Amino acid sequence: MTPDLDNADETIVQTPRAVDRREMLDRLVKLGAASLAVALACGSSLAPIARAAAAGATSQKYRYGMVVDTKRCVGCKSCMVACKAENKTPPGVSYTVVVENGFGERPGDRPLFLTKPCFHCQEPACTKVCPVGATYKRKQDGIVVIDYDRCIGCRYCIVACPYQARYFDFGENYPATSDKTAYAGIPSPEYGQFRTREDGQSPIGNVRKCTFCLHLQDSEGKYDKAAGRWPACAKTCTGKAIHFGDFNDPQSEVSLLLAARQPVRLKEELGTEPNVYYLL
Amino acid sequence: MSEKVLKTAFWTAGIILILAGAWAWYDRWANSDQHTNYTSLVPWGLWVAVYIYFIGLSAGAFLVSSLVYVFQIKRFESIGRLALFTAVVTLLMALLSISADLGHTFRAWHVLVYPNFTSPMAWMIWLYTAYFILVVLELWFVLRHDLVVGAKAQGARATLYRILVFGSKDESEATDASDRQIVRILATIGVPLAIMFHGGVGSLFGAISSRPGWHGGLFPILFLVSALASGGALLVVASAVFQDGLRKHRETVLALGTLVLGLLLLDVLFQVSEALVGFYGNEPDKIENLKLIYSGPYWGVFWFWQIGVGTLIPLALLALPSRKDARMVAVASALIAVGFLAVRLNIVIPGLASEQVKGISAAFNSDRVTTDYVPSAMEWLFSAGIVGIGLVLFGIGEWFLPKHHDSSSEEVSNVNA
Ligand code: SF4
Repeated sequence: MTPDLDNADETIVQTPRAVDRREMLDRLVKLGAASLAVALACGSSLAPIARAAAAGATSQKYRYGMVVDTKRCVGCKSCMVACKAENKTPPGVSYTVVVENGFGERPGDRPLFLTKPCFHCQEPACTKVCPVGATYKRKQDGIVVIDYDRCIGCRYCIVACPYQARYFDFGENYPATSDKTAYAGIPSPEYGQFRTREDGQSPIGNVRKCTFCLHLQDSEGKYDKAAGRWPACAKTCTGKAIHFGDFNDPQSEVSLLLAARQPVRLKEELGTEPNVYYLL
Repeated sequence: MSEKVLKTAFWTAGIILILAGAWAWYDRWANSDQHTNYTSLVPWGLWVAVYIYFIGLSAGAFLVSSLVYVFQIKRFESIGRLALFTAVVTLLMALLSISADLGHTFRAWHVLVYPNFTSPMAWMIWLYTAYFILVVLELWFVLRHDLVVGAKAQGARATLYRILVFGSKDESEATDASDRQIVRILATIGVPLAIMFHGGVGSLFGAISSRPGWHGGLFPILFLVSALASGGALLVVASAVFQDGLRKHRETVLALGTLVLGLLLLDVLFQVSEALVGFYGNEPDKIENLKLIYSGPYWGVFWFWQIGVGTLIPLALLALPSRKDARMVAVASALIAVGFLAVRLNIVIPGLASEQVKGISAAFNSDRVTTDYVPSAMEWLFSAGIVGIGLVLFGIGEWFLPKHHDSSSEEVSNVNA
């Protein structure tokens, strides 16, 4: 809890303390998921998180999510730029944003930056309200997606999302792509659909959101960090603040970080159970 | 004479508004949503407010018509048809507004083939459809006998009548009686349907727990009360314009005035309760919403339009001795009918116009990621065009639909008695 930047290394998983935790977790895993949940629940503030972990483990093959170490975030917004470059989002649409002091004003003059993609909640408020089921949580990996061809553009999901993770595509373009320049022909790889922007055609008139760059998954639904098939924001993050991975895998970096540090999630009181955790 | 002036004003206004709206209609379909001002933080704006406003007018007018067709209250008989017709026209106007609001209007049928049963909006659309069919059917059965009689004449109107009754020449007492029976059944089904429909629109907002300005059980009820108040008020105005109601149906107009007064007071009670409980609870997000309404950038819409025009002046006119003057009742009603658009605006816009994640609008420099929302000229004109279409529809209805005539209403009440 020291504000000293020199100690920021602690947050990297391969510290002695974290390894201890890993061994402990290993043993716990052998005792089964239930005892893991109970053990974690002993720290009372972790109870809802343990509940989410247990729920995810039974219903999905993967439970992708993020652990964001706010101490490591320098507020450079590279993640926003990387996301734009990857998904070719139009003006006014940014699947991730970096907000300053998202937890409220802080004492002292050091800001706290919060990089905020879609949280891919376990209990999403957005999917429940969609009148046509165009936005839904994928069974295999829990990623919340939008079927552009089904969405009617009512924007109810934007209204319902407590985290403002959804954006409407008004059909606007950057100057470089507005007049059918060569740039305008570059498709967005989103959902592996490779759409270019045509007047009145989806995704114009649709709601858009972060997909954890699922177009980079292999046929098994796996990502590969070493091969660069990794969400663009996490891949780019200059401060290595964004950790991405599978919470169903107890050995994943994100699972270990959750166990090692005290995570918080935004607006727990709404019962949405986000899959993006923050370390303060 | 004054009726003639009113009518001329009516047609002129209707046509001017439609012309003004035409450009906006073109722009909306040509440039999709580019010239709208709503944002990704305030994703619903004027068009949604206009939509729930007209839905409310429709449900309110329909429920007033049920006083005639379900509860058989003689005093309101003379406005029964007008109320049903108003319910149909305002429902159409609502449809126009929301159709412009959808990003992909021509996919609206997806709601029927890809239903999501957990979505309040899906339910609202299904209930809208059911309610629409019911109101149109009920109006048809109410008018059928007169249409058949009118079809015997010569001319365009009679031809139209023949088409509307599918060539039927059945004027018999028995059919007439069975029509009334059907009307009564439809109207009876219609009451819970209209309540579910409009209450459902209220819960579309009230169910959203991330929006503290809306979330709560009071909201659907509040929607119903304001629907009744504004729908009743609109009927007074319509009666004054189309039935010469201030002279011919003075008693009915005064009675409606009293009804509207009661509903308006109930509405005020709910609003005050919301404010007091909200402020006392001191929950930051709720307080932020209340402050946005009362002292935010839209404070004028609340204090002048909703409270001044829509509440205080009409309350005074309807409660003071002026309540016995049909003209004053009509003025008060017109003010309420206009003022309740502000009620709808004050629900939709301040309910959305706060940051859900602190700092998000500063994080991203775009006028699509901001909580500042003022409807664009295109949005206003589009809505004005809808009002124009509504006025013209009323005008057409008044021209060709058979009027309520007092002798037949006597018969109606005798048969039903
Ligand atoms: S905007 Fe599209 S995805 Fe969102 S609720 Fe409406 S139909 Fe569903």
